[in-house]
This record gives sequence, structure tokens and C-alpha cells, in this order.
Amino acid sequence: MSVDKNTVKRVAKLARLAFPEERLEAMAGELNRILAWVEQLNEVDTSAVEPMTSVVKMSLKMREDKVTDGGQPVAVTQNAPQGEDHFFAVPKVVE
Amino acid sequence: MSDLTGLTIVEARDGLRKKSFSARELADAHIKAIEKGRALNAFVTETPDLARKMALESDRRIASGEARPLEGLPLGIKDLFCTKGVLTTAGSHILDGFKPPYESTVTRNLWDAGAVMLGKLNMDEFAMGSSNETSYYGPVTNPWRRKGANTKLVPGGSSGGSAASVAARMVLGATGTDTGGSIRQPAAVTGIAGIKPTYGRCSRWGIVAFASSLDQAGPMARTVRDCAIMLKTMASHDPLDSTSVDMRVPDYELAMTGEVRGLRVGIPKEYRLDGMPGEIETLWQKGIAWLRDAGAEIVDVSLPHTKYALPAYYIVAPAEASSNLARYDGVRFGLRVPGKDITSMYENTRAAGFGREVQRRILIGTYVLSAGYYDAYYIKAQKLRSLIARDFDEAFEKVDVLLTPTAPGPAFGIGEKTDDPISMYLNDVFTVTVNLAGLPGLSVPAGLNDEGLPLGLQLIGKAFDEGTLFRVGEVIEKAAGPTSRPQAWWEV
Repeated sequence: MSVDKNTVKRVAKLARLAFPEERLEAMAGELNRILAWVEQLNEVDTSAVEPMTSVVKMSLKMREDKVTDGGQPVAVTQNAPQGEDHFFAVPKVVE
Repeated sequence: MSDLTGLTIVEARDGLRKKSFSARELADAHIKAIEKGRALNAFVTETPDLARKMALESDRRIASGEARPLEGLPLGIKDLFCTKGVLTTAGSHILDGFKPPYESTVTRNLWDAGAVMLGKLNMDEFAMGSSNETSYYGPVTNPWRRKGANTKLVPGGSSGGSAASVAARMVLGATGTDTGGSIRQPAAVTGIAGIKPTYGRCSRWGIVAFASSLDQAGPMARTVRDCAIMLKTMASHDPLDSTSVDMRVPDYELAMTGEVRGLRVGIPKEYRLDGMPGEIETLWQKGIAWLRDAGAEIVDVSLPHTKYALPAYYIVAPAEASSNLARYDGVRFGLRVPGKDITSMYENTRAAGFGREVQRRILIGTYVLSAGYYDAYYIKAQKLRSLIARDFDEAFEKVDVLLTPTAPGPAFGIGEKTDDPISMYLNDVFTVTVNLAGLPGLSVPAGLNDEGLPLGLQLIGKAFDEGTLFRVGEVIEKAAGPTSRPQAWWEV
């Protein structure tokens, strides 16, 4: 599996990263080197192995489904780069 | 009294209790050391006013007999931990100006126990790096230099500011986080101790997320015992982190009996790499001899899937990171770069806010999770992870603890490895297996190489058996002899 310029462009779009045209080629090369290196995992036959789903053998706790926090509009919005009256402000998204 | 910054946590704790000095004096001595050590670039934010205020409260409590376990002990905090009202950057431009309205559970535990905050420590951006060179705030310099040379060396990473500030006597101890070796590798190359606890021991709540199934917080300090004291307070069950375990945190100091007779120490043969420097092999043999002389039984073991750990990690960690870092969109916090519409605002913000290494990992992560590749990469890596964990399970049927080198070499020069991502990734070759399997790993300072640079040995334990690591670690530390300290060339 080899990554070309167009793949980098597509992945950068998926990742919401503006990526200058002139750097696509170099990044494709870097990604290919890393992907070629991880290819060695294919040396191992894992057909009978379950993928890890939990790092430590434990089951997740259940808790009562109730509101435990909230009503803090100032704390929630105070770090926003742009906002008004405890709302986040974004460029217009609906005409 | 003359050298308050040279004390260990144990000594400082005793001195405060005996009123040999006040918490305020201890804090002031460290504040001064931090000011004089700015050339190392270990701090992103210094908080001297807060430190003095907290120290005064500690003095009040000590005077009234209400001292808490870490009362008056001045610490540094890796800038990945959210601290209420104090700038938290994760070493990234994208978190510009972010002052969390809440406190991470680990730091909350420290302050509730009376510890004093000296400031926030520099780190690789989003903890992605092994040399502290990816920080938006510039590289950290290792206080150690090669004998007779003044080449600036890296302090390791990603907890490079933590390691440098502890080694340079600017803080008594520091918090770190470890996703693939980010506590242990910097600890090793700066001559200090550091432990990555078992996954789930410390709450991850309020720690800026990198790879959620691998991230774990831990202490870094100048002795193994100091780490044990800090971890006792940092670890807790936390309902706010569903992966934090509901298990009693033992008093680790009680486990440190100095006794290792009859203990079975495993030596995994796969950790002997081709091209590994001779000094690392020599160090490892020394460690083996120290434990054998102390009465431990040395057992050869095999961890056959070791070589697949690093490539598996470089699928799992970027995959989780690409997902975790999706939240930085210029809307709720940090940097915003305008664009012609909302999508280009997101794209411009993230392009300007993330550094090169972070962008590279986001792209890899997005690629391996994208349609058609998920099974080939992500599931394959998670299967290798199962095999790596099984290797450890089988080894721990035969032994109580494993001994390995921490890092494949000593500190290297700033800029020496930045051009080649894979050679940088190889720094974590001995540490990353532990994160993949969720196990605890402790790096113990084990002496200096011929060039006068520190090297570390790593102990790997069974899940939740940090006590054994501290016990064995202290035996190694004692056998290695008193830790020398770097000459304070950086002081102005």
C-alpha cells in the first residue's frame, strides 16, 4: 500500500488540515517510509488472535444515569477565541 | 539550610516537619533556582506567586499540626495537566491562551495533599516526541553535558521539562506522562527516577489526551523513594475516568524493604538489539550483577513479539491521537485562524496550530483509520498488542520482575535526530512494550557512561505491582552508588 500526493490530499481533507500543495510530495514520502516500516507486522500470522480491546482486565462500571454537573455557561465558554453572551461564535454555516 | 534545592523529597519532608526550615524558604529557594535556570527552557509558565501563597498555607498547617502528606513540597507540573486558571499549553500553539476552568485529578490530589506548584513544564507538543524538540515553546536543554564539551544535549521526551527541572534541582519532583516511554526515557537520560504506573492507576481526567489506551501519568524525582511517595498521592480511583481502577493504593514506602533475596528477575533476550552501544550492554550486565549479589535469582526469559511493539505503537498511538486531536477546531478554546467558511477556518487553524510531528501523526492516524485500511492496520496492530501482552503474561509465570535497559543510548545532541522520524521513534524501543501491555515500568538511575552522561535501567512489573518495582529499584539505586549531579553551567 503506497501513498501518493492525492492520497495525502484526501487524508489531509479528512483530518481538516490545510496542506500546501508544495508539501504534499514530501509528506507522501514520509508517510510511505513509516508505512513501509510498519508493514513488518504482516510477518506475524494473527488469524487466530483477538485484537486487544481493554488494556487492563476490568469491566467498566455502571453508574446511575443522572445529571451531575452543568449550569456553568461562563466556565464553558470563557476560553472561546470568539463568543458572545455565553455562545460560541463561528463563521456563518446556514444561508 | 544552605542547599534547600539539593534535598530529596524525603529529606525536605523531614526538614519541614522538624521545622529546620519553612515551606516558604523551601519555595523561595526553588523559585530562585528556576530564575537562574531559564537557559534550560524547562518551564513554559512559572507560578512563583501561587507557590508562595501555597507555601504560606503549608507553614500555617505545619504550625498548627495539620500537615498533609506532601505538605510544603514544591513540584513542577508537566504542561499536559490542566491546572485551574493557569495557562495549559500541551507544548502546542493551538492551545494559545488556554486557562482551564478545572483542575486535573492528579494535580488536585497533589494540592489536596499539601504540595506546592512551582509552574508548568515544557514538553514535546501533545507529548509526541522523544527529545522535547517538537515543543512550540522551543527545545529544553539537558543539564548534563558530555565531559569536556559544551554541546547542548536533549533531555529526552516527551516529559523533557520535567526531567530537566528535576535533574537541575529546580523542583523536588515533577509530574510526567508516559504514552510510549515519555517518563522513563527522559528520566534515564537525565539521571533521575521515573515510573509509568499500571494503566488505570492514575486518573487521566484533566490530562490533555494523546492516545487514550496508552496514556498514563506518573512521578519523576531524584530517587526511587521520592517517586514512591509522589505516586501514593497521585494515584486514585476517579469516577471521572472510567478506566481508572477502583483498587486500594498501597503505601509503597512500606514495600521498600531493601530485600530482594529469592526474587526472580527475568532478563528478556529480545531486548539485546543489533547495533546497541556496548555501554548499554555493560550497564545491563552491571544491573544483573547487582541484583544477583543482593540475592535475587536471574532467569532468562523470552518475549518473542518485542520487535513488533514499536511498529504496532506507531499505528495505535497516531490512530487514537488523530481522534483525540479532532477537538482542536478553533471554536471552543485556543487558536483560531480565520477562513472563507467554517471548514477552511478549521483547516487553517489546525494547519497553523499543530507542528510538523503532530501533523504527521494526525495524517498517519487518519489514514490507518480510513475506509478500507482499518482492518489492515488498526486491527492488525491491536492483535499484535494482544500477543505482546500474552508474552508478558507468560514471562510473569516464571519471574516476578523484568530488568532491561531504559533507552538504547545516552542523551544525544539537539538537532541530531530531527530529520529522521523513525530513528527518533527508536528511542522508545525498550519502553513502548510496557504501554501496549498496560504494565508498570520504572526507570532507575544507574550511573554515568564514559562521557559522563547518565544511563538508566528499567524494571517492568506485573499489573498493579508497583511496590515490587520500587523495592527492586531502590536496591539497584543503592548498588549504583550516590547519584552525582550535573554541574550548574546554566546558572546566570
